[in-house]
Amino acid sequence: MSGLHTKLKELRPQDVTEIHDWRGDETVIVSREGFAALMKFLKEDPFFDLSVLMDLGVVDGLGLNWKPRFEVVYHMFSMAKNHRLRVKVRVEEKDAVMPTLTGLWAIADWFEREAYDMFGIKFKGHPDLRRILMYEEFVGHPLRKDYPVNKRQPLIGPVN
Amino acid sequence: MELQSAPPKLRKESMLLNIGPAHPAMHGIVRIITELDGETIVNADVEIGYLHRCFEKMSEQGGYLQVLPYTDRLNYVSPLINNEGYCLAVEKLFGLEVTERAKFIRTIMSEISRVSDHLTCVGATAMELGAFTAFLYMIKAREWLYQIIEEVTGARLTISYLRPGGVKGDLTPDFGPKCRKILHDTREVLKEVSALLTKNRIFVDRLKDIGVMSKETALSYGITGPFLRSTGIDYDVRRSSPYSAYSKVDFEVPVGTTGDNYDRYLVRMEEMEQSMRIVEQCLDKIPGGPVLLDTEGNEIPADVMIDEAKMGRVGGVCGKTAAFDPTLGGSSKPVFKQVESDNKRAMFPPKEDTYTNIEGLMHHFKTVMMGHGIRPPKGEVYQAVEGGNGELGFYIVSDGTDRPYRIRVRPPCFVIVASLKKLIMGDTIADIIPTFGSMNMIGGELDR
Repeated sequence: MSGLHTKLKELRPQDVTEIHDWRGDETVIVSREGFAALMKFLKEDPFFDLSVLMDLGVVDGLGLNWKPRFEVVYHMFSMAKNHRLRVKVRVEEKDAVMPTLTGLWAIADWFEREAYDMFGIKFKGHPDLRRILMYEEFVGHPLRKDYPVNKRQPLIGPVN
Repeated sequence: MELQSAPPKLRKESMLLNIGPAHPAMHGIVRIITELDGETIVNADVEIGYLHRCFEKMSEQGGYLQVLPYTDRLNYVSPLINNEGYCLAVEKLFGLEVTERAKFIRTIMSEISRVSDHLTCVGATAMELGAFTAFLYMIKAREWLYQIIEEVTGARLTISYLRPGGVKGDLTPDFGPKCRKILHDTREVLKEVSALLTKNRIFVDRLKDIGVMSKETALSYGITGPFLRSTGIDYDVRRSSPYSAYSKVDFEVPVGTTGDNYDRYLVRMEEMEQSMRIVEQCLDKIPGGPVLLDTEGNEIPADVMIDEAKMGRVGGVCGKTAAFDPTLGGSSKPVFKQVESDNKRAMFPPKEDTYTNIEGLMHHFKTVMMGHGIRPPKGEVYQAVEGGNGELGFYIVSDGTDRPYRIRVRPPCFVIVASLKKLIMGDTIADIIPTFGSMNMIGGELDR
């Protein structure tokens, strides 16, 4: 199956701002406003049937002077139809908030916690948004491009 | 005064119990905080991150080739598969196709790795349930596999054998027969272990109907690999989007029915057999002919050639070909050609060229020096391979320079451990051990 991105652009022109399929990876860039409804649609629509949220990553565009600084990247996969779609949402640094997907996929819980931990993206409606890889007392978000690679912080053990 | 003894008031409160971070049955460092009612787990929280080594941050600091050794340390039980995933992703960025022979070598090495991965997982699970013999048998078999990996790659664990564009060196001349012998021996071991475990009352009782996961929950957690297949969904990256030589070999994808610990054990046992079948078919079909050069009295061992050239005595070695030698000493040029891609911007030159002529030396420097390394075009790719635990994905963003702008790993373990809480709720504390064992948590991959 191919052409998911063009099909989605036709169906939802108001949500999809950009599409490309570089090296065969079909990608749509969508606006944040319609994002949560769009993901629900992609999961439940029988044509798209993207039943699995394979991956959630964030790219910090500070080094490339991206204007909305962050891109939140969702990789989706359809078990039944064996096709993939990448959905990207651009968010500003000042307003780095995304709607949560924990209601649609259980794994969104940990993926979103990791995105929060590493990049400081907040997920509105997440039931338990804590750090996951770093410890609670850690200051900053280490995968941001402006976090120095050599920066050391005191290791503080858990309180309890 | 009348003494009246009031009936003792029953007080009910749950107990909090920490398991880990450093518990012998935890396979790595992970902490499970459980809330117990008697022996039953009523609530749990899984805390990870103890082995976080900033893989993704470090990957952004060096060139594309410098990331390769880090990938070894993701799933350290099957490092060759991680190498393959990363190399395929970089090749996808370049739009690069490796030679047929390299594809077969990659397939063979990945499958050997997968067998060693499953051997470790099943062996460790059995050991934690008291079957120490099975563990020793399986580690013995894993040792043979490690030996053959060492013979080809020069290392046992952190191998970095694959390269974007091919593999480091060709297989050893007697690899075929040796490998077949080892596979035969491994099969014997698996037969023995299966006889010890599969119908063993104690083993079955501890595993059966424990840690049950439904298809829907597994999909909701994005679980892949043996874990997903045990629930009855036959999804395998090797089958659904074949890479390397998987489209040219015949293999079955074993699936379970109930998704409990016992099914996961059975799926892993059968997958090892299928992996060995793949290796055998690859050995039959591998193209490229003899890897040894014809001896016209004109060849010298590669390491001697390199040593001579290092001392500046190039007169004696110039114009001669080197004898094949897959060690770090170098591999000979014609053989190297068989396994490396033609794209010079993406691959290392043969070591003989690096040490004997200026073009080779410049080529080498142009691929490794900071600011000169290999440069894929601008873009982003996601490449998935079937790792030991499921879909291992690499998402690479390239900004057109010699450093990866962003590398994101989709670790199969992460999603599996995320589901641990759900799996153990309602079970007893003793059930954590087989459930946790059968999910095959690998700290390096989980925490990156």
